[in-house]
Amino acid sequence: MSTLIIENLVAGIPGKQILNGINLTLNSGEVHAIMGPNGAGKSTLSGVVMGKPGYVVHSGSVTLDGVDLLALPAWQRAQAGLHLILQYPTEVPGVHLDDVIREAYVSRGRDTSTLDAEIITEAGRINFDMSLVERSMNVDLSGGEKKRNETLQLALLKPKFAILDELDSGLDIDALRDCARRVEAATQEDNLGVLVITHYARLLAELRPDVVHILATGKIVKSGGPELADELETTGYAGLTQ
Amino acid sequence: MSSIALYPGVVLPTAEEEIWRYSRIEELSLDSYVAGLLENQIDAPADVAGIVTQGAAVGECGVAMPIPVDAFAEINAIHCSGAHADIITVKTERGKSYASPVVITRTLSVSGVLAAPRLIIDAAENSEVTVVEHFLSADDISSLIAPVVEIRAAQSARVTYIAINELGNKTWKIAHQQSLGERDSTTRLFTVALGGDYARVRTEARLVGIGATTQQVALYFADKTQMHDFRTLQTHIAPRTSSDLLFKGAVQDTAKSVYTGLIRIEHEAHGSQAYQTNRNLTLSHGAWAESVPNLEIETNDVKCSHASTVGPIDDEQRFYLESRGIHPDIAERLVVLGFFNEVLERLPQIDVVSGLRAKVAAKLHAGAK
Repeated sequence: MSTLIIENLVAGIPGKQILNGINLTLNSGEVHAIMGPNGAGKSTLSGVVMGKPGYVVHSGSVTLDGVDLLALPAWQRAQAGLHLILQYPTEVPGVHLDDVIREAYVSRGRDTSTLDAEIITEAGRINFDMSLVERSMNVDLSGGEKKRNETLQLALLKPKFAILDELDSGLDIDALRDCARRVEAATQEDNLGVLVITHYARLLAELRPDVVHILATGKIVKSGGPELADELETTGYAGLTQ
Repeated sequence: MSSIALYPGVVLPTAEEEIWRYSRIEELSLDSYVAGLLENQIDAPADVAGIVTQGAAVGECGVAMPIPVDAFAEINAIHCSGAHADIITVKTERGKSYASPVVITRTLSVSGVLAAPRLIIDAAENSEVTVVEHFLSADDISSLIAPVVEIRAAQSARVTYIAINELGNKTWKIAHQQSLGERDSTTRLFTVALGGDYARVRTEARLVGIGATTQQVALYFADKTQMHDFRTLQTHIAPRTSSDLLFKGAVQDTAKSVYTGLIRIEHEAHGSQAYQTNRNLTLSHGAWAESVPNLEIETNDVKCSHASTVGPIDDEQRFYLESRGIHPDIAERLVVLGFFNEVLERLPQIDVVSGLRAKVAAKLHAGAK
């Protein structure tokens, strides 16, 4: 069993503090949802934890099984077992999915001899069009194809913890279901711990959270069970963040 | 300004002239060279063997460049009519498509010479041909090569020309590519530049027949103290012609590159389309790239666009790959090779081309084992 612990995290962008002391403990196999209005700091949280350039950490810590993630560059955080699905997956012209996964395997000392077969199997599980594997990463892909591509990478790399930053944005209903179910399956098959960041509850109908946290103005203002997401649907954020 | 003893009447340009701005022309002293020759090897399988002639008459010159466009084209013309003539012609038959490419390997193996080979590709109506011109020299060869390729595509002809520069790091190259596209023809001019000390290409596609199409595509990668210099012209003379240009380059160490491009749409060329894209990666702090796109449009009803970028590897692309657990050097390597893939994927998939990706990879410091 692994544990990801975020403690008193205060961070932001240069000149602007956005996260005002975040505390959260996520265990293997658990799904925690972070919900919040626009501007609450949801994407900042995912960027800071993964080590995306452009953010400044003022205080607090993020540890994975005791390893201080904030002291590591992004690629070592990934090797430690953290994975991020970006809200807007980056286009990398001329670089194909299988090139990236192969290098990611090599960097982890994993055997690549069965990689092609693994890609075919995983693509089939989420209805990902195999012809897209040979295309430039995220270039000219639809919103649904991009998120299937991201989910495929998550499934292949088998991290300990995944942060899904608005996986549901720009997704059609079929892609939403395929991606959410695959992540849900990973929580059972691989004991994946998931931090799912979302604005809307519709994703949580497919990917059932154990805990729901409400993020507002850079702090978790309320935590509860899945019923909190349902409550949010009726009251809206205004009711919960007062 | 004085003319050169070897080439009476020829006056070298200076960097004051716009088309030679940023170039290294001021470093050149023609007096340090004597006229010389390259060694040519022609690989033409049976189906194309009959269309290649070596040592053709000077009268063949001028199919696409009747008047030399600058001093180096003049020097080439002087060579063509003298003791150091080196003319190869590829002349297709009407209506015939040639499946095999003609591959010409030109090797410079003597220092202190100026060699000025000419290649003439004259494609008859509705014929199709691919010609590769591969320039080689060893690293210690300090010479100057001033090649000219002239391409004429008659009505509906389809010509693909690929120049590969793998010259040594002391060799200079000042090259001209000139194509003339007649009605409904397609001309494709590819350049892959990896070698040379100072390597310049002036490439002009002239669209003189209605509906003619051209593509100019280049990959260039300079390292150490190399400089790659490109001057491109997309000249639309006839109506409903189209041109598409994609030049992608990288500079590493203290290398330099220059791209200046002009789309010119003349008065009669209404209904034409012209696209021009130049992208440059600066991989080291000491490396330098310049990109200057230009448009000159003399008529209405045309579609034109140009895009130009110079900069280091995109942080977001690097982060995206790093976030998959890939070391920053490997991530950088993937991004650069991906950047060049767009050009490599457009090249015809023939033997001489298939090794180019590995050669680009071998030049890259990032992630080098």
